[in-house]
Amino acid sequence: MSTAGMNVTPSASAAASKPVLLSVRGVKTYYGNIIALKGVDMDVREGEIVTLIGANGAGKSTLMMTIFGNPRAREGTITYQGQDITRMPTHEIARMSIAQSPEGRRIFPRMTVYENLQMGASINGLAHFNQDLERVCTLFPRLKERLYQRGGTLSGGEQQMLAIARALMSRPKLLLLDEPSLGLAPLIVKQIFSIIKELNEKDGMTVFLVEQNAYHALKLAHRGYVMVTGNITMSGTGRELLADPQVQAAYLEGGHH
Amino acid sequence: MEIFVQQLINGLTLGSIYGLIAIGYTMVFGIIGMVNFAHGDVFMLSAFIALIFFLIFTTWLGISSVVLALLFVLVIAMVLTSLWGWAIERIAYRPLRGSFRLAPLISAIGVSIFLSNFVQVAQGARNKPTPPMIGDVIVLFQGESGYNVALSYKQIIIMVTTAVLLTIFWYLVQKTSLGRAQRACEQDRKMAALLGINVDRTISLTFVIGAALAAVAGTMYLLYYGVVSFNDGFVPGVKAFTAAVLGGIGSLPGAVLGGLIIGLIEVFWSAYFSIEYKDVAAFSILAIVLIFMPSGILGRPEVEKV
Repeated sequence: MSTAGMNVTPSASAAASKPVLLSVRGVKTYYGNIIALKGVDMDVREGEIVTLIGANGAGKSTLMMTIFGNPRAREGTITYQGQDITRMPTHEIARMSIAQSPEGRRIFPRMTVYENLQMGASINGLAHFNQDLERVCTLFPRLKERLYQRGGTLSGGEQQMLAIARALMSRPKLLLLDEPSLGLAPLIVKQIFSIIKELNEKDGMTVFLVEQNAYHALKLAHRGYVMVTGNITMSGTGRELLADPQVQAAYLEGGHH
Repeated sequence: MEIFVQQLINGLTLGSIYGLIAIGYTMVFGIIGMVNFAHGDVFMLSAFIALIFFLIFTTWLGISSVVLALLFVLVIAMVLTSLWGWAIERIAYRPLRGSFRLAPLISAIGVSIFLSNFVQVAQGARNKPTPPMIGDVIVLFQGESGYNVALSYKQIIIMVTTAVLLTIFWYLVQKTSLGRAQRACEQDRKMAALLGINVDRTISLTFVIGAALAAVAGTMYLLYYGVVSFNDGFVPGVKAFTAAVLGGIGSLPGAVLGGLIIGLIEVFWSAYFSIEYKDVAAFSILAIVLIFMPSGILGRPEVEKV
């Protein structure tokens, strides 16, 4: 889709000229014999917020995890900062300044919030732990109150905040967020989306966001991709996709949540 | 009363040994969900390593201080047994990860048979005694019937060593980044990898720690009984596994608690009822506790809030 005639936001056009941070080319992923990703192509440029929308089971989370090599792409290549990471072990990919807040949040339930955050900072050996702890506590004041509570005792929203905060502790260049709004109250969703925006605008963090909440995601993102059963079927700026009748019919039904 | 106090002392000593072995079972189960049936034989092997080095130190090198010799022996046994633990995981379990669930279990039984046969062939099938190490006792008090309640130096050494090493171990698991990585892998391996934790290395570490603690148990066992044989891995191994299940498999304090309980049951049953049925007693208690607390005393139920 071209952007001709569209009122492109300055930040989006600025980002378009930036170098590609993450590039996915022809990636196919299987679970056993079942194909989950059927040859996915997509790019994330430095400083962008890119969103991937699609229905349940489209393969969005699979793509997120394939970037981290678990499950591993059977075909295709994934490059990050120009380096091929397709065959790299998961823990080494995590050491390349990519962080993920995964599907299902995956908080360590029998560790305190503090320890969960320590885990997030483990790749740099807790070098600037206190400083970063203060920063995420400013972003998510709720976590500060819960610091010595076990992760498993937090509410869904608090766990989501913790999952994002934990990912931030490694000071990533690229942040992958898998459905940060899932199961959360609208007010908290709003809060989380404004934090994502803040991270992108103030800290220049690149964000790749998987969402079912297509309206919010597309409004926030510079660019978006639409995934249908393992294929990318559409791409464009957030505005373009929001205005697209097909996207509206499939993902924005029921108005603006 | 005298008998009670005496048996309490004996039971706690035996229980500390079981507890040390049980930690190896519980940690491995916690992290890869597998019962390491070879762990009892690793314990037996460590007792042989301790025996060999004890003889080298006292007869060849002429170290006259038994305590000093024991200290060296303990360190060497821990290091060498750790290497065995590491190698076993590397050779027999890691290649099977991702295979069907029973595969590593079968492999573990194979390792167990291998280890006991290896020691039998290498060291002979007879009981191997040590020269008497430490014979002194402290008479705590004398009962009316003339029965002396005694605390032997051996028992003191065993309990103190266990307490010290468990404290170090506890600190390691709770407060260091290695321990944190270990616990993270136990709770969610996939997530731990996403945070840059090398899961394979952490699992290796778990086996190394488990083997090192089994070596402490092996050395203490040798010190206590003064004799070891190639098939000594089986019964203490099963008892320690029972202890781990009783305490709640996956729980570290549970393993120690379970070990102490099994030790006490065994000793009290022997003293008051019949020594032949001491194992029956220990295992019956396990069965009864599991009926009412299926996840053990300190274990957590499988279901977790999502």
